[in-house]
Amino acid sequence: MATQHSRSAARLMMAPAVVLLLGWMLVPLIMTLYFSFKKYLPLRGGDLGWVGFDNYVRFVTSSAFWPSVLATLAIVGGVLVITVVFGVLLAILLNQPMWGQGIVRILVIAPFFVMPTVSALVWKNMFMDPVNGLFAHLWKFFGAQPVEWLSQASLQSIVMIVSWQWLPFATLILLTAIQSLDSEQLEAAEMDGASPLKRFAYITLPHLSRAITVVVLIQTIFLLAIFAEIFVTTQGSFGTRTLTYLIYQRVLESQNVGLGSAGGVYAIILANIVAIFLMRIVGKNLDA
Amino acid sequence: MGRITLDKVSKRFGDVEVIPPLDLTIEDGEFTVFVGPSGCGKSTLLRLIAGLEDTTSGQIRIDSQDATHVPPAKRGLAMVFQSYALYPHMSVRKNIAFPMKMAGVPEDEQKRRIEAAANALNLTDYLDRRPGQLSGGQRQRVAIGRAIVREPSAFLFDEPLSNLDAALRVGMRLEISELHERLKTTMIYVTHDQVEAMTMADKIVVLQAGVIEQVGSPLELYHEPRNKFVAGFIGSPKMNFIEGAEAGKHGAHTIGIRPEHIAVSADEGPWSGAVSVSEHLGSDTFFHVHDTGLAETITVRADGEVGFRHGDRIRLTPRAELIHKFDENGLRIA
Amino acid sequence: MARAVTQQRKIINTVLAWGVGLLIFFPILWTILTSFKTEAQAISDPPVFLFFDWTLENYAVVQERSDYMRYLWNSVIIAGGSTVLGIIVAVPAAWSMAFVPSTRTKDILLWMLSTKMLPAVGVLYPIYLIFIKLGLLDSRTGLVIVLMLMNLPIIVWMLYTYFREIPGEILEAARMDGATLKEEILYVLTPMAVPGIASTLLLNFILAWNEAFWTLNLTAAKAAPLTAFIASYSSPEGLFYAKLSAASTMAIAPILILGWFSQKQLVSGLTFGAVK
Repeated sequence: MATQHSRSAARLMMAPAVVLLLGWMLVPLIMTLYFSFKKYLPLRGGDLGWVGFDNYVRFVTSSAFWPSVLATLAIVGGVLVITVVFGVLLAILLNQPMWGQGIVRILVIAPFFVMPTVSALVWKNMFMDPVNGLFAHLWKFFGAQPVEWLSQASLQSIVMIVSWQWLPFATLILLTAIQSLDSEQLEAAEMDGASPLKRFAYITLPHLSRAITVVVLIQTIFLLAIFAEIFVTTQGSFGTRTLTYLIYQRVLESQNVGLGSAGGVYAIILANIVAIFLMRIVGKNLDA
Repeated sequence: MGRITLDKVSKRFGDVEVIPPLDLTIEDGEFTVFVGPSGCGKSTLLRLIAGLEDTTSGQIRIDSQDATHVPPAKRGLAMVFQSYALYPHMSVRKNIAFPMKMAGVPEDEQKRRIEAAANALNLTDYLDRRPGQLSGGQRQRVAIGRAIVREPSAFLFDEPLSNLDAALRVGMRLEISELHERLKTTMIYVTHDQVEAMTMADKIVVLQAGVIEQVGSPLELYHEPRNKFVAGFIGSPKMNFIEGAEAGKHGAHTIGIRPEHIAVSADEGPWSGAVSVSEHLGSDTFFHVHDTGLAETITVRADGEVGFRHGDRIRLTPRAELIHKFDENGLRIA
Repeated sequence: MARAVTQQRKIINTVLAWGVGLLIFFPILWTILTSFKTEAQAISDPPVFLFFDWTLENYAVVQERSDYMRYLWNSVIIAGGSTVLGIIVAVPAAWSMAFVPSTRTKDILLWMLSTKMLPAVGVLYPIYLIFIKLGLLDSRTGLVIVLMLMNLPIIVWMLYTYFREIPGEILEAARMDGATLKEEILYVLTPMAVPGIASTLLLNFILAWNEAFWTLNLTAAKAAPLTAFIASYSSPEGLFYAKLSAASTMAIAPILILGWFSQKQLVSGLTFGAVK
């Protein structure tokens, strides 16, 4: 509801953002599509002509493809489960009356502010190193054989590092949602004779469902693209090569741009499938 | 000066015609109230006059100047919004000064007008507070102050009292009426509350679905409603409507009788029924009467305390000369 | 109405919450502590916690070896530049969407967000080529632009959610009061949205500061920010825990300090306006 004048002003003011993002989306996308149909090896002859869908077929049939998809799903799924479950528990704990709530909250949020390269390095060396890492000391203290985390339990280790980074985000969103729960609802349930566990299951959890969806979807976007954590820890070895990392290796390490671009198109399609789900939910939020 | 004329003004939002072409003249100095149920287009009409919405067709003239395409600020009108729309980051003084600052009024003149407005509205002690530190009534006064200092040719009020509690509403109603007495400036006031309309207006415009149902003084509307809608909307409690044989006796499709125009007694009167609920207010008593064979419920007002209870059978006597007659289209039969 | 909580329960809550909080914070704390140890103490078995000879030597070595200040400055310019630029582009767009919505507003907003989901790796090479063509490779300008575009959807989205909480009547009042569009945005909208804009600014500054795909792949020596500085410590040679810790502490300290002082805005920003 507005006047013609303000509507045309509005269109004008939206233009810069729209034009910029349109360019940012279309130009590289079209180039990636273009390369994906070419045999293109920058260091070994450059543009070697059109090859149709060869790159797409080769990318999918390569022995590295399915393991990379599985690794991606394992990491995304593992981190989501851990962050949501512990996020809910932590949010409930932090919502209780206590002394120094503000400080505890800062302590819990802190990992989110640590850049991925730093957290990966710190975990890799100071905690997971099989000789000098803190975990190794701990294991030895209890008389156990230290674990070579990043080679013997590589996926689990990465999941742990990434979960540590994302747990604050999940906790914070869920805490905000819990705080918005009308306490009268809980009191009504209590009057109706619901035990604390039942109150959690029938009142709190359903109230959190939207927040949990938000956590899952936002994290999925970021987790599908995790790069630095793998880059500085395992470089994709020991079964930690995700789809993102596989494409990265094809493009930058083996300098096969055509093949990498085809992989990129797959990644874009995968991301879009997730995006459709996300947009549905966010779209509903917009209406609310 | 503030004579506002709407000439065949209409408004569509996409395919929906919210206001079909209508004509209306508001005389200089008049206190005009737009009243109607929610969604009747009264606020849209006000916003068209303010210039916050474009008219789809027709012409708006302010003092015989065509203002249809003039931007809001240039129309010389001031508006008081439902939510008061105070700038929360500015002090009361700055809020009131804002329109003058935008118009480039000299500093000392600004100061003079702020002080005058603050005096008139009892805001002198609050000038340096933020809106957040004020009560609802005080915020309302600041919003009015911000309108006054512009010395507009007309004030527009969009349901200004709906956010106040009942007691404050009565007080502010009086203050706005006094303000009008003092300034003699044109005021257009939108409300869904017919009590506000009846108590404040020189002229009431009753709207329904974007159409003007009737224009007139409060008592004209009360005594001679043009149709059933106006008859039912003006007056509290609502007019009783009776159809069928009883209406036929008066040569009408429907007859209407106001609750205050029916006498109650234990054994005398042409109509009878059973009291379902009685509401005792001290000054008056309201009876909701069932089983009359006329309408589902007949509401009756009696003076003072009358002691009928739930289930009592009573008899009712309408005052024949005050019965309103309507034809099958709901229009008044003279 | 809150009921009186028994003292005992409050004590249990406090102990539990502080325990969990410290556990989560521990890796950061341990890194900071280690940065003040000598290399021998850093790997001593059993580990020493607080009682060691505090030293600043590691910081001096790190600064000498890799010129921390240059990376820091690059990070500040890149994260700050991209965020401020993003906000300048986003404020008018968010104003339009929040206050003059049309039937397409929602679609445009969703489309903007969906660009955020394009996997960076999918378009790495094209961007790389474009950067070479435009001479932007290893330049701060290039990274400012890329990170601005990357975060623009989030900035627009956050500002939009904050703006929507501002009642449109106030802007209409300003219009009635004679404010032009520019004055309306400058004097009324922006001051009212300051907390929201601050949250947006902070969160996107942090996202840009920590961004580690484009900053690693589009820089070499000249424009490399702290993400690249710290990644250079990942090669096994020259790996000393104390120095690694010092470098890590230096890389995260600015953000941790910023976070400490602006906790409230950050907490509000971190929910991306998605949950109320």
